[in-house]
Amino acid sequence: MAVGKEIRTKIKSIQNTQKITRAMEMVAASKMRKAQDRMASSRPYSEKMRNVICHLAFAHPEYHHPYLMEREIRRIGYIVVSSDRGLCGGLNNNMFRETLTHMKDVHDKGHEIDLCTIGSKAAAFFARFGGNITAQATHLGDAPGVADLIGTVKVMLDAYNEGEIDCLYLVYNEFLNTMTQSPRIEQLIPIVATQEDVALKHHWDYIYEPDSKEVLDALMVRYIESLVYQGVVENIACEQAARMVAMKAASDNAGSLIDELQLAYNKARQAAITQELSEIIGGAAAV
Amino acid sequence: MAMTMHVDIVSAEAEIFSGTAEMLVAPAKMGEVGIYPRHAPMMTPLKPGEVRVVREGGQEETFYVSGGMLEVQAHTVTVLSDTALRAHDIDEAAALEAKQHAEQALKDRTGEMEFAKAQAELAEAVAQLQTIQRLRKKTKRS
Repeated sequence: MAVGKEIRTKIKSIQNTQKITRAMEMVAASKMRKAQDRMASSRPYSEKMRNVICHLAFAHPEYHHPYLMEREIRRIGYIVVSSDRGLCGGLNNNMFRETLTHMKDVHDKGHEIDLCTIGSKAAAFFARFGGNITAQATHLGDAPGVADLIGTVKVMLDAYNEGEIDCLYLVYNEFLNTMTQSPRIEQLIPIVATQEDVALKHHWDYIYEPDSKEVLDALMVRYIESLVYQGVVENIACEQAARMVAMKAASDNAGSLIDELQLAYNKARQAAITQELSEIIGGAAAV
Repeated sequence: MAMTMHVDIVSAEAEIFSGTAEMLVAPAKMGEVGIYPRHAPMMTPLKPGEVRVVREGGQEETFYVSGGMLEVQAHTVTVLSDTALRAHDIDEAAALEAKQHAEQALKDRTGEMEFAKAQAELAEAVAQLQTIQRLRKKTKRS
């Protein structure tokens, strides 16, 4: 029966799409779990690091590290962390929008902007949008290592050390839970001291070996790297979560489309049968 | 009972060890250091080598670190271990690579645009082909 051939092919094609989206949803779900584990396992390091930095802020080293000092702002650096792939809902675009509003504020104040992008979506967006990209890293994969980020971070830190930028921000998506991810803009340098540890308020200092400058330099670089790494890992968890949700919505949508089409198809077939019957009956009555 | 201190060995990608210990030996940059509880606060970079931890009861454990930082407080010792090999030259090379990536992207900034444009053109061509085919069918029928 030739009835509704178009509808049938349409249903078939939607079913194929649904298969793909469902598979992507499941892949994203399992990847998300792994990314969350990775996020959790990188947390002790950054917490310990933060503790040490906090201790340092209360210690009284003879050498004041430039990252701890604020200076007049002329040029601002951003490290923007995005995903490498699309199909993850509005995750990247929400973040870019947030970043742009932040940048606009900065721009209105008369500061200039340098960019460093991690992930190909950010690279593509800012290449199109226009922006001074000084460094970029793409295709880090699902399990990036700190080693993949050293270069990009160093470019920005060098720019800070040489006085090209006076302030550095990190932009990434914060993983709140599977359903919610929100863009976050965090100030990396100058380092903002957060927790107050009352027990350590008295006057003391570390013994530095070989000397405080060398130790602090090495420590600060690692601190910034750990923050960026944490941001990247968190962004990957966000990406997978967002993709899972987006693909689930797509699968559901495909399901309801198929239902509608199926109904239309059944109606068309029924109509054809009825028509055929009435023709036969009409023919028989005429004889 | 011997005095103990809390030891944490962490790397950026994972927690390696966390527990109480009687003593710790680490390859500091200026030479090996042995840390007992109530050591004065100290901070030093580490060389690649092994960190030995003597646990409560005298059991010894060793961990390999490829460099990092050692922070000592009276009752806590933290080893912030590196996962990557670090040296000035290597870092420099990585930075250079990141810069080159950016420059490359700027040079063929059109890369992504080109792709989008090509995609649009392809879609247009396909649409044209389809119309032509449809027209052909129609002319055949009539």
